Amino acid sequence: MNRAALMVLADGRFPAGGHAHSGGAEAAVAAGRITDAASLEAFCRGRLHTAGLVAAGLAAAAAAGGDPLALDDVADARTPVPALRAAARRLGRQMMRAARAAWPSAELAALAAARPRGAHQPVVLGVAARAAGLTPLDAAYAAAYENVSGPATAVVRLLSLDPFDATAVLARLAGDLDRLAADAAAAGARFPTEGPHVLPAASAPLLDITAEQHAAWPVRLFAS
Amino acid sequence: MHLDHELDEIFPHRHSYSAAVSTRPDGTRRALRIGLGGPVGTGKTATVAALCRALRDELSLAVVTNDIYTREDAEFLLREAVLPGERIKAVETGACPHTAIRDDISANLEAVEDLEDEVGPLDLILVESGGDNLTATFSKGLVDAQIFVIDVAGGDDIPRKGGPGVTTADLLIVNKTDLAPHVGVDLEGMARDAKAQRGELPVVFTNVKSDGGVTPVAEWVRARLAGWTTSAA
Amino acid sequence: MSPAPTTTRPSGVPATAAGLRATARILARTDAHGITRLPVLDGSGPFALRRTGFPGPQARVCMVGAMSAPLGGDRLAVEATAEAGASLHLTASAATVALPGRTGDAATYDVRLTVGDGARLDWLPEPLICAEGSDLWMTTTVELAPTARLVLREEQVLGRSGEHTGTLHSRLTVRRAGRTLLDQETAYGPGVPGWDTSAALGGHRALGQLLAVGPEFEDAEQRVRLLGGAAPERRDATGGQGVLAPLTGPAVLATAVAPDALRLRAVLDEAARSLPG
Repeated sequence: MNRAALMVLADGRFPAGGHAHSGGAEAAVAAGRITDAASLEAFCRGRLHTAGLVAAGLAAAAAAGGDPLALDDVADARTPVPALRAAARRLGRQMMRAARAAWPSAELAALAAARPRGAHQPVVLGVAARAAGLTPLDAAYAAAYENVSGPATAVVRLLSLDPFDATAVLARLAGDLDRLAADAAAAGARFPTEGPHVLPAASAPLLDITAEQHAAWPVRLFAS
Repeated sequence: MHLDHELDEIFPHRHSYSAAVSTRPDGTRRALRIGLGGPVGTGKTATVAALCRALRDELSLAVVTNDIYTREDAEFLLREAVLPGERIKAVETGACPHTAIRDDISANLEAVEDLEDEVGPLDLILVESGGDNLTATFSKGLVDAQIFVIDVAGGDDIPRKGGPGVTTADLLIVNKTDLAPHVGVDLEGMARDAKAQRGELPVVFTNVKSDGGVTPVAEWVRARLAGWTTSAA
Repeated sequence: MSPAPTTTRPSGVPATAAGLRATARILARTDAHGITRLPVLDGSGPFALRRTGFPGPQARVCMVGAMSAPLGGDRLAVEATAEAGASLHLTASAATVALPGRTGDAATYDVRLTVGDGARLDWLPEPLICAEGSDLWMTTTVELAPTARLVLREEQVLGRSGEHTGTLHSRLTVRRAGRTLLDQETAYGPGVPGWDTSAALGGHRALGQLLAVGPEFEDAEQRVRLLGGAAPERRDATGGQGVLAPLTGPAVLATAVAPDALRLRAVLDEAARSLPG
């Protein structure tokens, strides 16, 4: 157990490529669905309880010692559009690089060798958490928090939203994050013995639709 | 432990395949990586285009662009047909070009690796930063050398103001010298200020769009490359 | 057989005395002449099953709603199997309306579809409408043999006209050749955090999917297609919108949202028209 490693892993400055991804916020801003702090909070809450829950479950399962290659397939089955699968794999590859520099481990090396183009990011995050001596709950927290901090940071840049307001949005989501991380960790702990059906599979139709719209834009600031 | 060792045989140091590691996974010397940075509109993309034209017949080249609006620079280079499309990759920067070249270089490293994998072996990869401010510099984890491009239209006080780009870049280009009389810029004063800021580090005054304008830059790149390939891996 | 996906269903959803238990069973089998026969066609309770059309390579069955269901406390199931080489086409005569029960218990509705090698199943029911006060836990579990073909449409409408929605938890799991091709949960309505947000529905009240699986999707590179108001040439936020995209495997999935069932169907029909065959 080494809880301080969680702060390294969850730090927004952890160099794993997240700064170039808006988590769907760039498309939502363009569609007029995010215009201010209140609409950012609604977007983040919706994303947290869908994509965030799935990511947290995958990360917790990987941190609990679940087979990362099986989890990579589980992630594919829960990601029905190619734009989001590609973004998850790019981010996974980038996280792998940073994680192996921070916490070299045989499990990270094996996953990197098996998925040289990148495994889904939450799976890499979970294996990285394990390499860092963190728990499945820690991994779930890191995945869930990143799931909302990414869009919040992006909206500060996209709308010139007051950064204090954006930070307050994240603070207001803390209760949801606590409950969700606990649920995801409980599901993740069951995965190695019970299989994929215990992992959350929550979907958000608009995130899927707008991800493919965004990927077709000729000009954009964020990769996803 | 056994597993770790075996995998290191297959993918030696792949995770830290950054500029700090100067060999490819197979042990050969990897491509030299040169970063081009500088404020918006000073001629970074024009310099990349001119360098590609000057060097493409003698070297295996590729370019990574980091535009603010992801694909604009890449598309300019494609339109100008300076290199085949598969040798140009664009990296999204999330509205923070300096982050992508300095604080979190992972997307750029991935682009560099992909170019080596897809069109390699390469001799030289140019990494062009999105236009940013005078403090934006490339991480040593990403590039082996960096060029900073300013222009005379930005004012003759830029070299005097300094900043990490002007003072520490391996080569400083002062571009668009043909505009100097029109914007009332004192080139000799700029040269004195640059010398004061940079000591022995080289400065090129040129107009990269003119005939032969990029030649001194291309010469500098050739010299870096000669040093790179002869130095021990 | 893997267990049915029941991740989050509360263990306390009992078959109450007040609730109805009913399972409809359909088995399609091809005979020596290539005619699909229906050796089992067994409706009960709210399910009346009508064979339509003439005997031929494809058997067509329509589910006729015989009573209001599911009510809270009901436990309903449909099991349909197309054995190797058979072709079964299933529709419904009307929408299914989930209603509140007398006891406040949740209802369950489990659909299990099995398709053998070389067989085809079209599962094209009418929408599920979640009336105000209802609480339904639905699962759709599909097992496909390696060369099976499937066309599955699922439409959910949150509330009847002018009313609030009930609560719906639905999970769609599709396994092909032992591997999970698609696994998705949807959860909407009172008590579900974040359901009515710009990330999930953006104010829309109808959502649906059209899934097509088959060997014909194996080789051809499937392109992403934006549907309805999501298409760049028709950017229109007032109608339905969707995307048709390849899954990881020989399948494509259309995902759509719309203000109402009619406009949802228009988007899914647009997706259906662009499928091969």
